[in-house]
Amino acid sequence: MSEARAFKHIGQRTIRPDGFDKVTGKANYGADMSMPGMIWGAILRSPHAHANILSLDTTRAEASSDVLAVATFQDFPSVNDAAAAAGTLKSSLMETAENILAKNKVLYHGQAVAAVAARTEAAATAALALIDVEYEPLTPVLTIDAAIADDAPLLHPTMMTQGLLEPATEPSNIAARMELKKGDIEAGFAEAEVIVERSYNTPTVHQGYIEPHATVVRFDDNGPSTIWCPTQGHFDVRARVAQLLNLELGQLKVVASEIGGGFGGKTTVYLEPVALILSKKSGRPVKMTMTREDVFRASGPASASQSTIKIGAKMDGTITAMQATLHYEAGAFSGSPMGPGCMTVFTPYDVENLYVEGFDVVVNKPKVAAYRAPGAPQSEFAAEMAVNELAAKIGMDPIDLRLKNAAKEGTQTIYGPKLKVVGLEACLEAAKNSDHYRSSLGEHVGRGLAAGFWFNIGGQSSVIINLNPDGTGTILEGSPDIGGSRASMQMMAAEVLGIAPGKLNPIVADTEHVAYNQTTGGSRTTFATGMAVIEAAESVVDQLKSRAAAMWNVTAEQVEYSDGVAANLAGEDRLSLAEICANAEKTGGQISGTANINARGAGPSFAVHICDVKVDPDTGKTDVVRYTAIQDAGKAIHPSYVEGQFQGGAVQGIGWALNEEYVYSAEGVMENAGFLDYRIPLASDLPPIETIIVEVPNSFHPFGVRGVGETGIVPPLAAVGTAVAEAIGMPVTSLPCSPPKVLELLLSKS
Amino acid sequence: MKAHVSTTINQEPVEFLCDPAETLLKVLRDNLGMTGTKEGCGSGDCGACSVMLDGELVCACLVLGVEAEGARIETVEGVASADHLHVIQEKFLEHAALQCGICTPGLIVATKALLAENPNPTEADARYYLAGNLCRCTGYDKIIKAVMDAAETMRQGEAHE
Repeated sequence: MSEARAFKHIGQRTIRPDGFDKVTGKANYGADMSMPGMIWGAILRSPHAHANILSLDTTRAEASSDVLAVATFQDFPSVNDAAAAAGTLKSSLMETAENILAKNKVLYHGQAVAAVAARTEAAATAALALIDVEYEPLTPVLTIDAAIADDAPLLHPTMMTQGLLEPATEPSNIAARMELKKGDIEAGFAEAEVIVERSYNTPTVHQGYIEPHATVVRFDDNGPSTIWCPTQGHFDVRARVAQLLNLELGQLKVVASEIGGGFGGKTTVYLEPVALILSKKSGRPVKMTMTREDVFRASGPASASQSTIKIGAKMDGTITAMQATLHYEAGAFSGSPMGPGCMTVFTPYDVENLYVEGFDVVVNKPKVAAYRAPGAPQSEFAAEMAVNELAAKIGMDPIDLRLKNAAKEGTQTIYGPKLKVVGLEACLEAAKNSDHYRSSLGEHVGRGLAAGFWFNIGGQSSVIINLNPDGTGTILEGSPDIGGSRASMQMMAAEVLGIAPGKLNPIVADTEHVAYNQTTGGSRTTFATGMAVIEAAESVVDQLKSRAAAMWNVTAEQVEYSDGVAANLAGEDRLSLAEICANAEKTGGQISGTANINARGAGPSFAVHICDVKVDPDTGKTDVVRYTAIQDAGKAIHPSYVEGQFQGGAVQGIGWALNEEYVYSAEGVMENAGFLDYRIPLASDLPPIETIIVEVPNSFHPFGVRGVGETGIVPPLAAVGTAVAEAIGMPVTSLPCSPPKVLELLLSKS
Repeated sequence: MKAHVSTTINQEPVEFLCDPAETLLKVLRDNLGMTGTKEGCGSGDCGACSVMLDGELVCACLVLGVEAEGARIETVEGVASADHLHVIQEKFLEHAALQCGICTPGLIVATKALLAENPNPTEADARYYLAGNLCRCTGYDKIIKAVMDAAETMRQGEAHE
């Protein structure tokens, strides 16, 4: 898609179709559901960060008249020892099960050990005291350094490192290693006239969605059991629960409630399988909710990281070599986003010689989950800080340095494909020309700039568009709407059909009413589900043309359709969409279009952020005083919600950079498991977040869309970190830049 | 033993039974089915359960159900009229001031309280007044724009009356 296309609805700022319910309190989220006869489940959680379970006795709980059901690991039929012994069990499934209900070892404080169901929430919580667990506490392993030390206690005594050059001979806490390379790294450094090398670390942080996990489940022996939950992917909840409980997919119906934030954290299951076990045993619908404390301690935060970056360059700014060693904490079970971290770290740069080595390290913390561009903020933070240090060292403007080395069409990535048309240079130019970048700085204020990259994905989406006899209709999609995507679907369908968006009602259908859809993640929804909406709408247009042709006794080729009206090319006849629908009974029945696609060609989205931070030299307190987020959207379907993604990502990144971190005691207990002490940004902490939407169309999408959801969290860590470093005149290597740490830096300077 | 409580919610008389330890939030949501008021933390830190109690903005998770006795409670369900949204609700929609929407009911209630106290807030006033209402999706930019626009529209409305 090269020429600019004129749109009627795309690019407008319409009112979102689900908005009315959300501003009036009518919208139903996870915990808002109740069912007749419903009882409550509660979870007993580990008081230790690392311990063997010597015995788990539920006798007293089962004997209690208050308790209607009890669940333990033994209730997972498909992940028992027999299956493991038979070799039919995937290790990832076993780990998923153990993360939901511990088997014979607890690996983090707060890990679920057993569950009960009772008639009230209070009775269920009280009954947890009737479960007797005997633990043998073990030494907790709480940092990457502690985990990779030679004599480190092992979380998983048989875990061998995958991906070593020689197969591992001894078990360790390193689950996996990966290596990516391009060119000749040694030659690249030999060519360099200047070298920058530094190590950085980032803390464990949480997505911080405001809605805690919750579910209501009704087991049904004679038909599909129903799971109601807030999730980014109800089809994947269905698959996971079916695997764990040895059910066919057809035995489960998953209904995605409205979802109160996820950011990657609601792409897995915690409560749902447990509630299904309790419902089956009690014969009653079961509701379970997490407290905020549970969410912090026992859902999936984002990896802490340690990164070492080395960059070689010529004095004219040409980067000749970039090297990274990246360690990511996986939490209790393997599976950190080390892979994407390695793949993204240097992607904003077109450099000949690259070498990246990554390690996935288990520690006694909750198993991490995806968090917005998983893995990228940590590694790109380190790379962007080092690039800014290089710019300072050679006396070059950080935008000019990036423009000189910017990834562009044809750049060979370290992970495989060559980049297609991308918007990094356009974002850098927009940054350079922005009012913000040209403005002067006040006293004690530093400015930082950073770029960011995220791949974006496509994948499977299914959509059905049904038209009513009066020309209104529904769009059945299967992508949970986490931030306004229904509005985009409505606009894209309206654009193709040539009718007002409000004529179409977009519905996030349950697993029984639309075919499989991949999870809302990877910034895929507006791109991939949008493509399915467009294809389904185009199918509807074809049918409208043939129905009009039937009414006029001409062929479909003799009918033209535009702006919601079919025209007979052989005469003056005109029929509106509504008129064709009104006559559908006479022309072959009602009109409906479907699309089942596996979308390819998700265009990467690059971003550049500029941040000004004021530091109080006496206290180390930081204030973001100006912030601008610039990002390539390909084509912004609904600009307000595109800006919203930029702003939300930026502010989560600001929180990560300035305040947020899991604080652990020596025993491995998180000491700030609440919003008072784990401080996400407040309205009063922030300035307006300025945005610039850059549009470099993605040729693989009919309207040019690139996903925009994730990239925005990548640049802020280094933009903020560099601004703080500039303000205090000291290198920043460790996040968060919280007041005590900044004060320590200031004191060490004087 | 459960307590019998008589109260007024959104100008309607309501009676309920509750355990003396149950919070007003639990009563509203689970006993009365008024799930517009959301729970984000249960510790008064996020503001998702903001309601008005005798004209004061409170977190319903920090109030006991029995404290509603004889009181006047207003929740998000009472903000819109039967036939139209409140200006604040309209402005939140116009400015795209919500993404997931879970914090929105609390913010609508808190914004209404702000504008009742201070019809002409500065942006800083609005940011500090709403600092007890956490939003993780939006970065607050569009929320503050919606609040400032609602304030101006409401002031103009009053001037015309």
